[in-house]
Amino acid sequence: MTTVADIDISVAPPVVIDRSQKARRLMGVLCVGLILMGAFSLTQGAAGTSALRVLGQMINGQDVALRDQVVLFDIRLPRLMMGILVGGSLAVTGALMQGLFRNPLADPGLVGVSAGAGLGAISAIVLVGALPLGVAEFFGYYLVPFAAFFGGWISTYVLYRVATRRGQTSVATMLLAGIALGALAAAVSGVLIYQADDTQLRDLTFWGMGSLAGATWTKVFSAAPIILLALAGAPFLAKGLNGLALGEAAAGHMGINVQRVKNLTVVSVAAATGAAVAVSGGIGFIGIVVPHLLRLAVGPDHRYLLPNAALLGGILLVGADMISRTIIAPAELPIGIITAVLGAPVFLWILLQRRSVVDM
Amino acid sequence: MLKAEEISVTFGKKPVLSGVEFQAVPGQITSIVGHNGSGKTTLLRALTGDISFEGRVFLNDENITKKPAWELASLRAVLPQATPLAFPFTVIEVVRLGLMAGVNAENANLAVRALKQVGLLGYENRFYQELSGGEQQRVQLARVLCQVWEPVLDGVPRWLFLDEPVASLDILHQLMVMQIAKSFASKGGGVIMVMHDLNLTAQFSDRVYMMKSGTVVGAGSPEEVFTDSQLSLAYSCQIDRSGPSVSTILHPAHIVVNAM
Repeated sequence: MTTVADIDISVAPPVVIDRSQKARRLMGVLCVGLILMGAFSLTQGAAGTSALRVLGQMINGQDVALRDQVVLFDIRLPRLMMGILVGGSLAVTGALMQGLFRNPLADPGLVGVSAGAGLGAISAIVLVGALPLGVAEFFGYYLVPFAAFFGGWISTYVLYRVATRRGQTSVATMLLAGIALGALAAAVSGVLIYQADDTQLRDLTFWGMGSLAGATWTKVFSAAPIILLALAGAPFLAKGLNGLALGEAAAGHMGINVQRVKNLTVVSVAAATGAAVAVSGGIGFIGIVVPHLLRLAVGPDHRYLLPNAALLGGILLVGADMISRTIIAPAELPIGIITAVLGAPVFLWILLQRRSVVDM
Repeated sequence: MLKAEEISVTFGKKPVLSGVEFQAVPGQITSIVGHNGSGKTTLLRALTGDISFEGRVFLNDENITKKPAWELASLRAVLPQATPLAFPFTVIEVVRLGLMAGVNAENANLAVRALKQVGLLGYENRFYQELSGGEQQRVQLARVLCQVWEPVLDGVPRWLFLDEPVASLDILHQLMVMQIAKSFASKGGGVIMVMHDLNLTAQFSDRVYMMKSGTVVGAGSPEEVFTDSQLSLAYSCQIDRSGPSVSTILHPAHIVVNAM
């Protein structure tokens, strides 16, 4: 028994569970997992080309059949790269947005950012002829990703301004504003599609289904710089987002330049979502499910959450894509169906867990 | 020293603070009291630079609006009224966020010592969201203490801003928190707190600012400010100070707690 004033504070520290070590180990496991999943996905496909056989032939200096070369290097490999890039981008933008909104339900697909990016992409495809001379040439292959980025950026910015008052984000307002923004973007997209000619219509239909099927090296190279830049920049936001978890004011008190973190997060989300949407259409649920699972496994520290999300997002999307192109081969099931079947139950589960907390 | 001159704040067209003069010195607890909506928290938020205001605030003789966030963070820590968290952080992870300001670096042991100070040793691995409101508030206090662990660093006093730090606490932990503030001040740090409990304020504060409708109506030692007439004016009701008060029944020296 002692008085409050003289409590002894020089004791041996108790056992503190440090989840950061677990998170670092998980990063290693996921790296290996991504390599294995990637290698495995190269061996699977409708064409029946054996990647192992081709590899063996190449190592032994034998001639590889042109068909096998095309299947492996021009069809499966760019598709794999795109899966990794888009999957990583979806998961990381989900985590970034949830950090920004301080809410595990925020996701570009859910709150209209993907729809805004989609509108940008559709505008670029349909209105390319109406652009001033030289603009389309200036952007080249980057026109659609850039337009999608622009659309995503406007949506994210508007959403944030509407849903956040005095540093506090209302979940109900965010979801409702997201629905409104999404509906508006869909309506304008509809008008544009109505205006489109037959060739454009075909492009749009395939694009809008949400798929990696159209993956080419051109598309990979048009999206990769933007996505990689956003993914590489994300870890620098980690400390700021950890602080933001306590609220904007508290983050500022801890020395974080809150406005800069918010601006950079919005731009990163818009850029990565825009690029991903531009090359693959809208693919849902990866951005909700991956960060949520990782938070359960290794905690919400963004320093580990963001890189782990990039890896797990890549693994899941490559896996889902593999299922989508082999389950009813030679036809393909849209990948959105696979991610929805996997993701929707998890999403509902989060909602049930949070029923008492969510203010709606 | 913290000095605020001519602080005025308006929300929309409504004036919330009008020409407030405020001063606090290190080594003391300075409390702000007043009725609901009198502008206590708004004043605190102006002093911490959270809201835009007219006037000037000098912390250790430097204008706070001219200092970047990271520099202010090494000088002062702020405890808000309540801090809900959306993500499943454990208690120790929340407390360690206080080390982020960088002055105390990644001294993990400090987080445990701070938890011990607020009486939450053994809670390290519990999820913050599962704690009661009072426990969460003490976890946040531990985080804030981590940020400014040394009340004086390199000869420069550091500051604790506490917004109703005891509002959701039981009497034992109210006294515990007030003792922590007292000890911080006694080692040369400055403490500024918004308070509702006038007994605790009288017992622990060196200086009191009493507010009414956005203005300061009394400033000085508790004895000078807490007069019958001033209290009645500030709170618009008759207050009888002659009856037994908590401070006379339960003086902190008589309170004993288990050293956990």
